[in-house]
Amino acid sequence: MPPKSDLPQGTLDVLILKVVALGPVHGYAIAQRLQQVSRDVVQVPQGSLYPALHRLENRGLLKADWKDTDTGREAKFYSLTRKGRKHLEAETADWQRLTEAIALILGLSEKGLAEGGAE
Amino acid sequence: MNWWQRLWHRKQMDERLDKELDFHLHQRELDLIAQGHSPEEAHRLARIEFGAPEQVKDECREARGTLWLEDLLRDFRYAARTLARQPGFLAVALLTLALGTGATTVMFTVINGVLLKPLSYPDPHRLLVLHEQTDWSTHWGNQWGFSRLNFLDCNRNIHSLALAAWSFGGGTVSGPGKAEYADGREISASLFSVLGVSMAQGRAFLPEEDQPGATPVAIVSYSFWQRHYGNSPLEHAAPLLYDGRSFTVVGVTPPSFRLMDTELDILTPLGQDTRPIMQTRNFHGIRVVGRLSAGATLAQSQTELAMIARPLAQQFPDSNKGRTFVAEALHPNVGDVSSTLWLLLGAVSLVLLIACVNIASLMLARAISRERDFAMRMALGASRFRLIRQCLAESLALGLAGGMLGVMLAAMGFRPFITFWPGELPRAYEIQLDWHVLVFALAVSLFSSLLFGLAPALRAPVRNLEQALRAGARTLPGASRRMHSGFIVAEISLAVVLLVSAGVLGRTLLRLSSLQPGFDYHKVLVSRAALSPATLADPARTRAAWQDVLDRARRLPGVQAVAIVDTVPMRDGNNQIGYWTTPVQPSQDKMPLVLATSVTPDYQRVMGLSLLKGRFFTDADRIGNESVMVIDDVMAQKVFPGENPIGKHVWIDLGADPRRVVGVVGHVRHWGLASDDQSNVRSQLYYPFAQVPDDLVRRWSELMSVAVRTDIDPLNIVEPLGKEIRGAANDQVLYEVHTMEQLMGSTLALQRFLLLLFGIFAGLALLLACIGIYGVLAYLTNQRVPEIGVRMALGASARSVMWMMLRQSVVMILAGIALGTTASFAANQALKRLVPGVQSTEPLTLLLMLLVLLLAALLASYFPARRASRVDPMLALRQD
Repeated sequence: MPPKSDLPQGTLDVLILKVVALGPVHGYAIAQRLQQVSRDVVQVPQGSLYPALHRLENRGLLKADWKDTDTGREAKFYSLTRKGRKHLEAETADWQRLTEAIALILGLSEKGLAEGGAE
Repeated sequence: MNWWQRLWHRKQMDERLDKELDFHLHQRELDLIAQGHSPEEAHRLARIEFGAPEQVKDECREARGTLWLEDLLRDFRYAARTLARQPGFLAVALLTLALGTGATTVMFTVINGVLLKPLSYPDPHRLLVLHEQTDWSTHWGNQWGFSRLNFLDCNRNIHSLALAAWSFGGGTVSGPGKAEYADGREISASLFSVLGVSMAQGRAFLPEEDQPGATPVAIVSYSFWQRHYGNSPLEHAAPLLYDGRSFTVVGVTPPSFRLMDTELDILTPLGQDTRPIMQTRNFHGIRVVGRLSAGATLAQSQTELAMIARPLAQQFPDSNKGRTFVAEALHPNVGDVSSTLWLLLGAVSLVLLIACVNIASLMLARAISRERDFAMRMALGASRFRLIRQCLAESLALGLAGGMLGVMLAAMGFRPFITFWPGELPRAYEIQLDWHVLVFALAVSLFSSLLFGLAPALRAPVRNLEQALRAGARTLPGASRRMHSGFIVAEISLAVVLLVSAGVLGRTLLRLSSLQPGFDYHKVLVSRAALSPATLADPARTRAAWQDVLDRARRLPGVQAVAIVDTVPMRDGNNQIGYWTTPVQPSQDKMPLVLATSVTPDYQRVMGLSLLKGRFFTDADRIGNESVMVIDDVMAQKVFPGENPIGKHVWIDLGADPRRVVGVVGHVRHWGLASDDQSNVRSQLYYPFAQVPDDLVRRWSELMSVAVRTDIDPLNIVEPLGKEIRGAANDQVLYEVHTMEQLMGSTLALQRFLLLLFGIFAGLALLLACIGIYGVLAYLTNQRVPEIGVRMALGASARSVMWMMLRQSVVMILAGIALGTTASFAANQALKRLVPGVQSTEPLTLLLMLLVLLLAALLASYFPARRASRVDPMLALRQD
């Protein structure tokens, strides 16, 4: 198994919103999906997913319906609300700007940093 | 879902949460089995990966954001259950609290309506009252009403205010319907628009009607309309015959309309009043109110008024020198009831305080006996905060329930309170249970919950767990015993304050009732009388009309003597005028004042005044003969100390001639039995009505009363008297009818009312304090049963045990008495300032009241002490 890292604060919410944005999905599927797409790099303790889901539902970013799954069991399916979609877009944009900025700084040579500092 | 629904459906939501998590675990198991794990292995792995399910559930519940509320509800439910387990305690506590908050809320309801509510006109905060203000002042201060011409100048030039004015009026209504005296005002056309009141029927006055010579028009009150017109439509109304003239009624005010809290019958246009006093700047009888124009401020209007006043002072120095105009916020005028109301609120607050202390000591006793229970819960992991919250929830539940009962009591109690108020409570119609009152009651309940809940709550976290668990429930740490004693001391001292105050009031009432009023109040009837308006135009006719009234009244069977008089002792209204004894008239502000009464000769016989020197008036004392007066002994001693006043001359501010003193009579307590000693103007003089100058006869006649001495019940004379004096036009009426006995009784009504209430409060306080003492001592005795058992086993007699217990309470009682006596002196100062006639506490009153308290308190402690002395040592030692 590759080394695992903890999620930075607040990122779990964005990840969940992103997964749910693809269509109505239940909690277990969200957990599976998170693990798949992050190639097992980010490890979400499965239990901690649910408080996050409930919090997002409470804030009106997610809505939930009880529906039957393929296997015939009833499960709670989450989907994105309009507010949730907006929130996701805003967060994504923020996140991208932040990562670009960090990448820029990390990509600089030490010389470049020193020159920048001398200006 | 909002938080309320989430809270409401929490059980359902918990079930759904279980289902959701189960689904997750089930799916995981299926996946793991598909990956080749055995079912048992899959079951185990799925749960390991998931983590502790209860923790996840807790976090999910917390994510709902209603957890604190759920906890609170649980605390309250638990508190209710605990309280219900001791119905006796619950009943006593609830009753005490309900009485305490109920009484406090009643007082606040009244204060809220009478003192705190703004005037009931739209947007009352923009209404102002205007005065003329002089740079010199007299006995009456330096603010005056407006003269009509000054008002007109202000009205013409001011922009920041819309002004309105009125002056006092009133007169006889001769038709339609039964003749009666009607209270009235002359108003400017703008009055209703300035106040923001619209008519129930018809219209307000037009500006062109507010002019000399315009058609006489009138606006009448709703109740007057019903009395005289029987609610018929306005268009075909018969003309109103009022004050000798015929008016067209153009409007009817709404039923609730009051001008400065006075209900009025008839309003007429001020501008149509052409009397000379309305054409000068020297008669200051006009009241002016204003409403701030949009965007204007009080400061702007004041600047503007001062600017209007300045040129007038230069132009008319005779009347306006040193005179400016000022404005201030318009407040309801409630006279001196505010001090009485606050005093009563203070007294009921003391009762409430005692109630709280009482419950606090009961709660503390419960908390101590539950100490082991609390220690157990702490040992099992409950946090200190949780236990404190639990205790507070209990007292909150108790306090709120008691408060709710209190509001119900108040809702039933405030109307009787208003009914029992001596005389008429101003603005009584404004008193109702509104949200201000509810907020107040809630605040009082919360405050008292905190008051009686804090001590037990802070005790709750057990400091020494192990010791508490090991110790028997019957040991009592010294700290809580001290706290209990503190409660008793507080209760007793509060009760002492109320008891001594009630005692002082009772003593005051006794003293005042024994005072001589200065006249013989038995079988005397006084009533204002209005002459036929037709007679008022000519002084000679007016005098003849009064003489006719006297002659007719004298002929009635049962009548001994009759007189006409302007001001009657102990009734509203007096005439204070300046006097001097040398020919040079001193300036207004240096002139001493005297109560002047104009009378007809038989007045001395009617009132039974004691003639000390000289003579009273005769029919010969009239205009044309020498001007005379009779003074009372107070004035005689003040003005002519050590001399014989008969034959001296005194000038009064009424006509130019000096008046010769022809007699001295005894002082009459004009201001009431209680207030006369403290009043500023006590000197009295009488002058013959027949010597009132011709130009003043009309004004005097509008104020005169008939006074009748009878040898039957004076109230039986009212009807025949009324019939006899109706006059040729059938329009002379009596109004404001009283017997002197009623008037005298009313001067002590306030003291009697306060004594009644303080008596009730003091009784309640005494009862509560005794319950408190009994409760605490019974509890302390109970706690000490094992100790007493040991003492008795070692040979202590029943007597010495009883004495030991009694000594304990006597110390507390004495401490309470000492503290309370000190506080009662402060309370006495307040009473002295607020209630006329109250003097410093006499030692006898104090001793008597303390004795009452001491006896009651000892009785309350006797029963627990006797129980202690009857402890069976064998049984006691075997306990625990």
